[in-house]
Amino acid sequence: MQTGVIKIENLVVEYPARSFGDKPNAAVKKLDLEVHTGEVFGFLGPNGAGKTTTMNVLLGFVEPTGGRASLFGIDVRQPIARQRIGYLPELTYYYKFLSAEELLRFYAKIFGLARSEADRRIDQLLKLVELESARKRPIKSYSKGMQQRVGLAQALINNPDLLILDEPTSGLDPLGRMKVREIIQRLKHEGKTVFFSSHELGEVETVCDRVAIIHQGELKAVGRVDEITGRHASLEKAFLSIIDFQTSTAS
Amino acid sequence: MKNIFAVAGVVIKELYRRKDFYVLFILTVLICLVMASVNVFNDKQIVRYLKELCLLLIWVSSLVIAITTTARQIPAEREQRTLLPLLAKPLSRNQLIFGKFLGCWLACGLVLICFYVFFGALAASRDHAWPLLNYFQAALLHWITLGVVIALTLFGSLVLSAPSSNATICFVGVAAVLCVGRYLNAVALAQGEPSRSIVYALYFAIPHLEIPFEMRNLIVHDWPLIGWNFVALDALYLLAYAAAFLIATCLVFRRKPVN
Repeated sequence: MQTGVIKIENLVVEYPARSFGDKPNAAVKKLDLEVHTGEVFGFLGPNGAGKTTTMNVLLGFVEPTGGRASLFGIDVRQPIARQRIGYLPELTYYYKFLSAEELLRFYAKIFGLARSEADRRIDQLLKLVELESARKRPIKSYSKGMQQRVGLAQALINNPDLLILDEPTSGLDPLGRMKVREIIQRLKHEGKTVFFSSHELGEVETVCDRVAIIHQGELKAVGRVDEITGRHASLEKAFLSIIDFQTSTAS
Repeated sequence: MKNIFAVAGVVIKELYRRKDFYVLFILTVLICLVMASVNVFNDKQIVRYLKELCLLLIWVSSLVIAITTTARQIPAEREQRTLLPLLAKPLSRNQLIFGKFLGCWLACGLVLICFYVFFGALAASRDHAWPLLNYFQAALLHWITLGVVIALTLFGSLVLSAPSSNATICFVGVAAVLCVGRYLNAVALAQGEPSRSIVYALYFAIPHLEIPFEMRNLIVHDWPLIGWNFVALDALYLLAYAAAFLIATCLVFRRKPVN
């Protein structure tokens, strides 16, 4: 039986009104979502749909206004809920005065990895993201693609059971994208759960088991890729249809 | 604790990889060496002026390093978004604050060791004496005072928008406490009500940092050691202020959006 790695129930996130008298800005409206063990789950939506806000709630960055969210059954407000997850933000900025090796060692300490285990893991990850030769160089000397790869390595330092990726391929060249896809596939084969947002629908179609489409803070569709695609030629066409349909209904 | 020490380790690495400390240390060394090389007015007690100047420079430099290093910690993390991958780990916001504080405080301790070793060597070259315990007392209270300043600056970095404004306000505030804080009770006596009560309240509310600051005189004039129980009491008094500022910082940070 599949168990819920991510469980979101009736989640509401409202940001305070920008000026006096305005209504609070509802970024997420009564969202219900469950992601199961071993799934690669795509979280889709246009800009401003509420994807990053939902991820921010899962990571404990934003306090929900209502509802609840849990990771592995632990409330997301508890730091321990993040013990088994890896996170790659959309834009990666790391301590530029540290080298990739030092950065990974720092994060390994936070996860409580023993020195020998951390050494082994750092070697393994730097090899995986092809940064072995640059491991001692400060991150400030890295190209954007190299920084993104450091980001991926730090997200995997604790050998996470759940990987949360926010636009993992943004700013990457085709080779970098292929590498990320390979890593996601590899994690899937290892039984890990991957939850990621992306605008690259072709990519989502290739790697995802299930997807959810969110628009204006509301969940519009959730299901297997083939179910969502349905009668449409591709996921992209289905996505546009769902968004357009909802927009025209709303107006 | 391991998380707090991990964060502190990064802060220390940042300090020794930046140029601030080296610039201030070299400037202090150069000024003191130039002063030591001349004997103005052929005064036999010139070494006292030299020691006074050197200690004043050490105080100014250490305050500049403590305030500038601390003021940029949290704002830089938020601006450069390094806070996101960090808080996505099993690290609580309180641990982050305590780690930042500990890192800045330990880094300032290392800076003080360098400064006081140089001071000791310079004074010994003229005085031919090593009053190590006096130096230790002065350095210890100096370091604990920096703890209060760091906690205050960390708090300021969350309530003030720009690191530069926070650094300026903290520097002016600390300078005011060091220079005029001790006279506020006398000022209060000369006032009518309600000003008297207000100034008295201010006098009792501010952290009095002047005792560690005035330890300079013990060294400059070769006075004997002060009682260790007095040192311990002053240290406790200062640590209570540092703790109060840290608790306030944690409470404010708990409500701050990460991005």
